[in-house]
Amino acid sequence: MIKVEKLVKTFGAKRAVNDISFTVERGEVLGFLGPNGAGKSTTMRVLTGFLPPTSGRVTVGGFDVTENPVAAKRLLGYLPESAPAYTDMTVWGFLNFIAEIRGLRGDDKKKAVHRALEMCFLESVVHQSIETLSKGFRHRTCFAQSILHDPEILVLDEPTDGLDPNQKHEVRTIIREMGKKKAIIFSTHILEEVDAVCSRAIIIDRGQIVANGTPSELRQKSTAAGAVLLRVQGTASAAVVNTLSQLPLAAKALSLAESNGTASVRVLPKSGTAHGALTAAVAEAARLSGWKVEELHTEEGRLDEVFRSITLPDTAKDKQK
Amino acid sequence: MNASLSHIKTITKRELAAYFTSPVAYVFIVIFLLLSGFFTFMIGGFFERGEASLRDSFFLWHPWFYLFLVPAVGMRLWSEERRLGTMELLLTLPITPWQAILGKFLASWIFLAIALGLSFPVWMTVNYLGSPDNGVIFAGYVGSLMLAGAYLALTCITSALTRNQVVSFILSVVLCLLLIFAGWPPVTNFIIRVLPGTSGMVDFVSAFSVMTHFDGFQRGVLDSRDVIFFLSVIGFSLFTTGVVIRNLRS
Ligand SMILES: Nc1ncnc2c1ncn2[C@@H]1O[C@H](COP(=O)(O)OP(=O)(O)OP(=O)(O)O)[C@@H](O)[C@H]1O
Ligand SMILES: [Mg+2]
Repeated sequence: MIKVEKLVKTFGAKRAVNDISFTVERGEVLGFLGPNGAGKSTTMRVLTGFLPPTSGRVTVGGFDVTENPVAAKRLLGYLPESAPAYTDMTVWGFLNFIAEIRGLRGDDKKKAVHRALEMCFLESVVHQSIETLSKGFRHRTCFAQSILHDPEILVLDEPTDGLDPNQKHEVRTIIREMGKKKAIIFSTHILEEVDAVCSRAIIIDRGQIVANGTPSELRQKSTAAGAVLLRVQGTASAAVVNTLSQLPLAAKALSLAESNGTASVRVLPKSGTAHGALTAAVAEAARLSGWKVEELHTEEGRLDEVFRSITLPDTAKDKQK
Repeated sequence: MNASLSHIKTITKRELAAYFTSPVAYVFIVIFLLLSGFFTFMIGGFFERGEASLRDSFFLWHPWFYLFLVPAVGMRLWSEERRLGTMELLLTLPITPWQAILGKFLASWIFLAIALGLSFPVWMTVNYLGSPDNGVIFAGYVGSLMLAGAYLALTCITSALTRNQVVSFILSVVLCLLLIFAGWPPVTNFIIRVLPGTSGMVDFVSAFSVMTHFDGFQRGVLDSRDVIFFLSVIGFSLFTTGVVIRNLRS
């Protein structure tokens, strides 16, 4: 439903978005990750038609956003990064204004506004002026605005920013639920959100996509992914390390701790090893050596580690310049 | 077309409501009415003139009142939108920028028309005291509204140029002043002195003066050329506002 092809956006000499292509289909929730200044918001501003692309093409529901902006925007709900809203209006007035612009009238309008108020827990502040709302409530008001017309496509720029933990949870639930029938793209700096709601995630860095895949695919990129942790009772850790480092699939075996006759050893796989293959090999080795195994498990990669290993080296290089 | 009118209407309604939810609107109207009364009756010498007309006592001052009052009304139109970040919201709604520009302009124009309309006691006074030509007065009101519209459209440009309302106010006062001065006798005399024998030049410059065209209305003449002049200033300024907004985004 969203199709971005070779998108480039420059501000003067600066390339904020540099040749990005991706698609989001109905039923998908795409998480958009990347360090500050990576170009996430800029990409979203282009695909919602706020900024014209420097080059490349963006289509939303089949409509080109530069050639047919109104038709494209009709399908979209958009929560901008700063969650702007007209401060002189009440929450009620603001949502009614948006509903009218969205072409809703009479009963439809009333129903849509009530539904949005309920979904975003805004009933308690309906008649309060937006100027006097707390940050979280203001953010929710703008979020309510984006889902008001039950759009097929949602673009949410940091939708959980500034919300309390309960509200974060609620918003994630809403996104996950809506993601079953809609195409959603949202940006975040909170990596747990990726696991909690995304069916796919893209990491961008300095305007370019550096990773694109499901959360578990991304986790596999971690050096720790597929590593095996083994705890053995009654065998010296040096002997365990010695045996395991000779396994064909193992890159390295490390002794983590040894106390009261219990040895903990971590085995890292060679790159390209299938997930879980090393664990099977370790289990087999333990059986052959007759070790008393207390614990054996395969480590999942950690997203924050993947994020850092993909985006940090270059950022650090930049700093040195 | 229908959808586009309804978008314009929705935006106009919102903007107009925004004026009246803040006390600024009422302050503005009171100031406008006090100034009108003061200048008409005290400085314009309405009673001493003994004329049943509003031309030299009431309408005479409008180009100068409006010079400050209209930019004060219009300065927030786009600069506030930029300051709050709501421009990103507004322009990603399924409307065209033109609908937003026109809707906002109309809201402020209607607001100015309301303020002008509330000066009706002046009109009642002149009718009570004498028997003026109400056709001329009507033309005067139309001219005054046209003038306000032209100033307002210029203010739209300056308010799109900056997120600071004060800067927007000052810039628009300067722009409006240029439009006044183009036909002001000291300026036209100056042109004649510097470029003697070029009456064409004087005509050309004063063709851009709001004063020349405003005066047409005050003489009671609804000349299509004057109407077209003001409408062109409005059209041109709104177009320029559109260009400014488009450039902001790229
Ligand atoms: N209007 C603009 N004019 C000039 N440069 C801009 C403009 N908007 C964004 N940029 C630059 O483009 C780059 C990408 O910015 P963007 O806001 O897209 O980052 P982001 O990924 O959303 O970051 P964050 O996580 O901090 O929200 C930044 O270097 C920013 O300075
Ligand atoms: Mg951002």
